[in-house]
Amino acid sequence: MNILDFLTPDLISLHYTAKDSTDVISHLGRQLFTAGYVRETFVDAALDRESRLPTGLPLSGDVNAAIPHTEVEHVRKPGLAMATLTAPVAFQNMVSPEESVPCQLVFVMALDQPKAQIEMLQEIAGILQNTATIKRLMSATTFEDVRATFPK
Amino acid sequence: MPVRKTILVACGTAIATSTVVAKSIEEILRERGIDVVTRQCKASEVGSMTTGVDLIVTTTPLQGNFDVPVIKTLAFLTGIGKEAVIEQIIQALKL
Repeated sequence: MNILDFLTPDLISLHYTAKDSTDVISHLGRQLFTAGYVRETFVDAALDRESRLPTGLPLSGDVNAAIPHTEVEHVRKPGLAMATLTAPVAFQNMVSPEESVPCQLVFVMALDQPKAQIEMLQEIAGILQNTATIKRLMSATTFEDVRATFPK
Repeated sequence: MPVRKTILVACGTAIATSTVVAKSIEEILRERGIDVVTRQCKASEVGSMTTGVDLIVTTTPLQGNFDVPVIKTLAFLTGIGKEAVIEQIIQALKL
């Protein structure tokens, strides 16, 4: 299992300039919709869920991440979209929602069954725990750079 | 063979996060020779899920009071403070 099994070039946005968390969730959600992974309702559902159950994760390095996702009925098949941002945008902390977390790395997950695609989140958690990998990912400007970050 | 302790793992939607956390806890404790049972649920369901549970681990805030100890942590996603949280879990389970 490799994160690149999910992350195809059309689902990666490198050095994307986002206005705010809504902007980046909508952008990645629309990419998942265009690529056929999610239903039309996905973006609104993901934004709604993020406002109630935020997904910002403070990490040990300079870069923090967010992992927006939503209920399975908005998903057609499992998929993943990723953005690295030119500047951080504020997400709320998953475990302490009153806290704001400036996030520069965002993974929007499309999961179509509870407890089924945990390999995807396990891969993401592995990345989040590796400061060196995140550093490489943040400096990537092409899909080849991303591919080189995750050797098979 | 001692009775295995049960940990209830809660997250926002019980789609992915709680599964990753539960697997991670099981694996780390197994490496230390401790066999636990995990169950998963949404944060909003915790109140009706505590029967037979020794400890609740959650990645998202919980509403209400429970007669079971609660550990709030992102350590199994971000890696930060994982060792300390494992010690906290072992202590809370009185192992």
